[in-house]
Amino acid sequence: MPQHSGRTGDRAFPTTRRSVVEATRDENADVRRAAFEALVSAYWRSVYSHLRTKWRAQPADAEDLAQEFFARAMARGFFDAYDPERARFRTFLRTCLDRFATNARRNERRLKRGGGAVALPLDFAGAERDLTASGAGAAPEMESDAWFDREWVRSLFAEAVEALRAECAGTPREIRFQVFERHDLARAETARPSYRALGEELGLPVTQVTNHLAWARRELRRLVLEQLRALSGSDAEFRAEAEDLFGVRIP
Amino acid sequence: MTLPEDALEHLQQVLRTPEPPGDRYTLQEPVGQGGMGTVYRASDRALGRDVAIKVLRGDVADAEAAVRLEREARILARLEHPGIVPVHDVGVLADGRVFYVMKLVRGRRLQEFAQGASRSDVLRVVLRVCETVGFAHAHGVVHRDLKPSNIMVGAFGEVLVLDWGIARVVGIGRAAAADGAGNAPPPAALEAPPSAASAGDAATGPAPDPVTAPGTVLGTPGFMAPEQAQGQPGLVDARTDVYGLGAILRAVIAAEPGGQSAPRPLAAIWARALSPTPAARYPSAADLGADITRFLDAQPVTAYREPFHERAGRVFRKYQTAIILVLTYLAVRLLFLAMRGF
Repeated sequence: MPQHSGRTGDRAFPTTRRSVVEATRDENADVRRAAFEALVSAYWRSVYSHLRTKWRAQPADAEDLAQEFFARAMARGFFDAYDPERARFRTFLRTCLDRFATNARRNERRLKRGGGAVALPLDFAGAERDLTASGAGAAPEMESDAWFDREWVRSLFAEAVEALRAECAGTPREIRFQVFERHDLARAETARPSYRALGEELGLPVTQVTNHLAWARRELRRLVLEQLRALSGSDAEFRAEAEDLFGVRIP
Repeated sequence: MTLPEDALEHLQQVLRTPEPPGDRYTLQEPVGQGGMGTVYRASDRALGRDVAIKVLRGDVADAEAAVRLEREARILARLEHPGIVPVHDVGVLADGRVFYVMKLVRGRRLQEFAQGASRSDVLRVVLRVCETVGFAHAHGVVHRDLKPSNIMVGAFGEVLVLDWGIARVVGIGRAAAADGAGNAPPPAALEAPPSAASAGDAATGPAPDPVTAPGTVLGTPGFMAPEQAQGQPGLVDARTDVYGLGAILRAVIAAEPGGQSAPRPLAAIWARALSPTPAARYPSAADLGADITRFLDAQPVTAYREPFHERAGRVFRKYQTAIILVLTYLAVRLLFLAMRGF
């Protein structure tokens, strides 16, 4: 099991358009590991929140189960059975997770913290804080699938934002990311500055602010779609996911 | 990093905002949504002005909807009239959706305007709508979705008929035969556009609508003529819009504050416009407008045969000042004669 940084942005996302789902079955072990890391990065928050909301696992247990799930998925090839014709990969992964959690509960096996699997240094504490703040922990069990999907979308966008940050860092485009970060990544609607206020703060005319924002959003959209394509099991799945996310059909 | 819920929602919303090709237009917030498209405020960098861009909605973005939106743009471009929003540009987004650029108009929808306006002001707005629709009929175009929410009244009194998304080009022979002389469009207005979608347009006689098959019902219940509601596109003509205009008239007058009952001639005007049988309606928007003008001028309307006492009352109200002056004069004169006699 490879060590994972747990920070979603510092690992380059596969730039190839080849699906990482497909790559988890590659003959080359390095390719398989890289693909698997990409899947962990994209899904660990969803997995953790699903264990907390649907399975009502305590934070420490959910953390252990999430780690164990990914470790076993790679060691035992959980995802080899995925058939893009039958379901979206996300749905398949959630089914695998539910089966795994059912078995764990039936066997009354509660993994001791740090026991068995190699620990993935993921930010579970941060995920727990967000889960508590969102109220998902108290949500009815039937809504847990929606939380699974929501966390997946959050991971997808967070990856794309970090990729955008990396793309701009140390280049003349850094100011573009700065404008984008101050405006579009504001923690709350009330904290979002007006174009004029942002222009005054950064010493830019309003037109420049809107130009920078338009560029950053265009790039972000490209990055999200790129990552979505990589995480989809098939082209049809990619199109369906893109339609759900952006409300448009990809030509 | 972790994206807070607010930031994630905001990002999803801005990334859902369509992106026109090139860098001329930058879309801002949505300002309206119809059955087929969403209208965004946008900046036009080339000319340094705000415009409106109508983009096909993602959830209805099939080939038929694309054809409709493109047709709408072309129809609007052909109808140059103060009551119709001018179209500046048309194009296709990177994701394949059709969009068109038009003047950004600001104002209140008719039902909102009617809440705080006098009856005569509301009637004058409806009259302007009749004129605009009559103009479209003269160019062979039937709107098919006339309702208060598709009428905008601007801050300077301009009246605009919006959302021509399901308008149908039926040809001058059917759309405006009864509009009277003088309304004939210039020949260029009837030239078929180079769009496959409009291949059926013709200058005369019924033209097949390539995007409205028989049995297809498009329109708004309550404002849709029976022939339209029954999915009979072959029967749609100018009188179909006359029905919609009558429904608008009834809706805005019925919504008057205090729930005043409408005068009988006015109610008769919308009753005639709303006749289930097209032949019993006003033959054109212009004729309906003419009756509204007569009502505003306190003249007899064609839709209502007045009893004598109502006519007398109307004449009295119209010439009230003159009649009172004459009667006063006669009374003084009689008094004077009487005093001289004694």
